Amino acid sequence: MYILIVGGGKVGYYLTKTLVTEGSHEVLLIEQNPRKVEVYAERFGSVVVQGKGDEVATLAAAGAARADVVIAVTGDDEDNLVICQVAKRRFNVARTIARINNPKNEDLFRRLGIDSTISATNVLLNLIEQLIPQRHFVHLMTLRHADLAIVEGDIPAGSPVAGQTLAEIPFPAGVVIAAIHRGAELILPTGSTELLEGDEVIAVTKRDQESALRELLTAD
Amino acid sequence: MNVVIMGCGRVGSRVATLLDDEGHQVSVIDTNQAAFSRLPADFRGGTILGTGIDEDVLRSAGIEEADAFLSLTEGDNRNIMAAQVAREVFGVREVVARIYDPAREEIYRGLGLDTICPTRLIGDLVREKLAAAVER
Repeated sequence: MYILIVGGGKVGYYLTKTLVTEGSHEVLLIEQNPRKVEVYAERFGSVVVQGKGDEVATLAAAGAARADVVIAVTGDDEDNLVICQVAKRRFNVARTIARINNPKNEDLFRRLGIDSTISATNVLLNLIEQLIPQRHFVHLMTLRHADLAIVEGDIPAGSPVAGQTLAEIPFPAGVVIAAIHRGAELILPTGSTELLEGDEVIAVTKRDQESALRELLTAD
Repeated sequence: MNVVIMGCGRVGSRVATLLDDEGHQVSVIDTNQAAFSRLPADFRGGTILGTGIDEDVLRSAGIEEADAFLSLTEGDNRNIMAAQVAREVFGVREVVARIYDPAREEIYRGLGLDTICPTRLIGDLVREKLAAAVER
């Protein structure tokens, strides 16, 4: 695979370094600061070019037209957006990945045609959410294209659904219970499986049903 | 008409002043408080400190009631992103983005964005003037 990385800050640097060391992909890093380019070129060899990654001429010279993936990891959301859009529209790059800083930009970037976004802020927020012991319902991940999410919910003491079978529970449409953790046991449930207090339920849900599911399981 | 302008530089402040004089309701966004000193003392519109690529900043500038959004900062990418936010998120009818780089301008015009490329405009004007001078 030919991977084009734009932005040689810390993220771009370590990404390039890791991919180059792995050696299974062709990698090129575009960085605008000539001094950084010089230092990186000494370390990695000729996989670093100097230029502005949001300019069509730079991308063309870097061979964007034959890139399988363009990854924009500069520190500015607007630059990452434009780099990915230009890669997509002008060079027909199949997959574009943008780093974002403002978590609110995740949805926006997707609407604007960016294939994947990485937000350190969101990753940290999710981790923090999972660390809070009182939380009974945790968003694990969003499945981009289908507008689905994977969530995990505890069945707390006094939950209205405890003691009922899955078939009896009035789940919102667009929710599938994928697995139940009961102590050390992992149950792949059917309609006749009963939910018990203390169960950890992993569900695949349409994103707009997430809060309805939360209310149903935890009676929040 | 309600107009939100991002960028209170020479062009942004001039457009804001003209529209304000014509009686339109204008809000100007800039990341630099000092930029607002380019507006005349009798400017009746609003000034909002912040970046127009942030939905919350756009909201406080009244983007939800805006008939037009103009992105006129020095930064092409900021202008492009803010214009797309105004159009896609807030459904603003008239959205204009200034894009200096002709290559980028062509791409976004192709995507249906209403764009102004000063580089192209000035280039064409200079060429026309030169052609007229040669004819004389």
